Amino acid sequence: MDNMALDVRLKQARPIPLDVSFSCGAGEVLALVGPSGSGKSTILRCIAGLNKPDEGVVNCNGVSWLDTMKGLNLKPQDRSVGVLFQNYALFPHMSAIDNVISALGHVDKQEHVGRASQLLELVHLQGLERRHPGNLSGGQQQRVALARALARDPATLLLDEPFSSVDKVTRGKLYRELALLRKRLETPVVMVTHDLEEATILADRLCILYRGESLQTGAPLEILSHPRNVLVARLVGLRNIFNGRVIKRQDDGSGVIEWRDRVLDVADCGTFSSGDPVSWVLPPAGIILHRNDRPSNGEKENPVEGKVMELMALGETVNVILALDQMESAKLSFNIPSHVAKRHQVVVGSSFTVTLSRDDIHLMACESDVEGKGDT
Amino acid sequence: MDWPSLILSLNLAFWTVVLLIPAAVLVARPLAWRRFWGKSIVETLIALPLVLPPTVLGYYMLLSLGATSVLGRFYEALSGHTLVFTFEGLLIASVVFNLPFAVQPIQRAFAAIPQDLREAAWCSGMSGWKTFLKVEFPLAWPGVMSALVLTFAHTLGEFGVVLMVGGNIPGETKTIAISIYDRVQAFDDQAAGVMSALLLLFSFLAIGLVHVLSARMGRRQDG
Repeated sequence: MDNMALDVRLKQARPIPLDVSFSCGAGEVLALVGPSGSGKSTILRCIAGLNKPDEGVVNCNGVSWLDTMKGLNLKPQDRSVGVLFQNYALFPHMSAIDNVISALGHVDKQEHVGRASQLLELVHLQGLERRHPGNLSGGQQQRVALARALARDPATLLLDEPFSSVDKVTRGKLYRELALLRKRLETPVVMVTHDLEEATILADRLCILYRGESLQTGAPLEILSHPRNVLVARLVGLRNIFNGRVIKRQDDGSGVIEWRDRVLDVADCGTFSSGDPVSWVLPPAGIILHRNDRPSNGEKENPVEGKVMELMALGETVNVILALDQMESAKLSFNIPSHVAKRHQVVVGSSFTVTLSRDDIHLMACESDVEGKGDT
Repeated sequence: MDWPSLILSLNLAFWTVVLLIPAAVLVARPLAWRRFWGKSIVETLIALPLVLPPTVLGYYMLLSLGATSVLGRFYEALSGHTLVFTFEGLLIASVVFNLPFAVQPIQRAFAAIPQDLREAAWCSGMSGWKTFLKVEFPLAWPGVMSALVLTFAHTLGEFGVVLMVGGNIPGETKTIAISIYDRVQAFDDQAAGVMSALLLLFSFLAIGLVHVLSARMGRRQDG
């Protein structure tokens, strides 16, 4: 992809194995998501020039920052990059405005104060210019760090776990501010996070990483509904993962799969044909609870009966674990609004029927030991 | 009160600080951050004056500065006189025996600066030199001040090495510590008492200042 603003390819065996390749367009937010140890931060460091991979290429707006084949590796100072560090890395001996000014080396001295004030205003910190980082709250520190990262007029903005050290309430506020701010930015933004929810809220595309490898890149909804394989499905927190076999495939791609002693209608069999063993996943939104008192026509779609095994209140929703038989492995996990749970007396031990939406069942290459692991 | 000796001591302490502190910053910074072959050996050598008997250190200084040594001959060819029993020789010895007092506090101060602060400076476009001036040095400053005060105070008080290398030449190598010893030998308790009290007061103030500075350094790192 030549027209992308930022183009990254990295490969190394040690100290953290890496084998990734992704691009990020101007004004796009790409989130690198993965469990700790998956190499997310190392990737950012390679883009910023703080780490050097064994092999790799980093291009930004047509400028080559790293090309190991040509022996090119620009210093961080020579890369037009703004970095928001995980713990902000503010200079503790400088006031907020001096922190921002420290990144204005490319601007005339007499413009420093004006430019820095503008940036602090942009992140809603006017009036706190003279405070030192020690006298600012976590959220305020994050904003100073963001202003400093933007001060360089970077061609790429890198955010390393930007919200990990602020409390949840502040985080919600900062999400909204960042969402507004990014509309004014024309640079690619690469953000590292282990929080899938955060990535889904803020990013246009996700890049799912595992042990240094990029497994799948795509829009958040696309990945959540069509994970490429069982590993991706697990990494994005999907729990209803089971094994089955395609027993019929129609010309339009729809078909029927066999699962335990049941058969399920599937709207899209993907690349699989009749007889193929498959793993399949169903996002929680694809499970619809039936009302025991009033059965309806729509409930003929993949009806499955089970017993409520576990309930967990999550604020306004309740997470339900439905056991389909005595075996631990056949458990469905889905969320219903709290008031629905109350009205229909969904309590531990009660029996219910649910529909497994045929449109939402997604088939993947078969992995032998998927069942029962979805909980972790 | 032996004023010439006091002035000589202050002079020696001043020049020791002037020569040693910049050198200690140069040595301490890589020791704090880099890992290289022989680092432990370097650290051990620097710490050696802490435990070595001053007379032993003085003996070896005498050997390496003497008229038959390479350094001694080089200096004699250059200046026309030998290093031993001169102020210059004393100064070299003073720099060596103060190494741990200067290097160690500065090394600790640099080691306490989080790596991501330096990286943030680079990613803000600051050159290595600018990062040193604007970020590293201001943060390490309390450690540098501690080193300065310790070195100064320790130079005023050193006895063994000074006696071995400098001898006891009034106005040239007779420092206040040696003067105190002299006065006691001469049963001049009054002069010895005044000078001892002065050194005691000075040492007390110096250590107090070092404590204040290290507390301040702790606060900065927290901020």
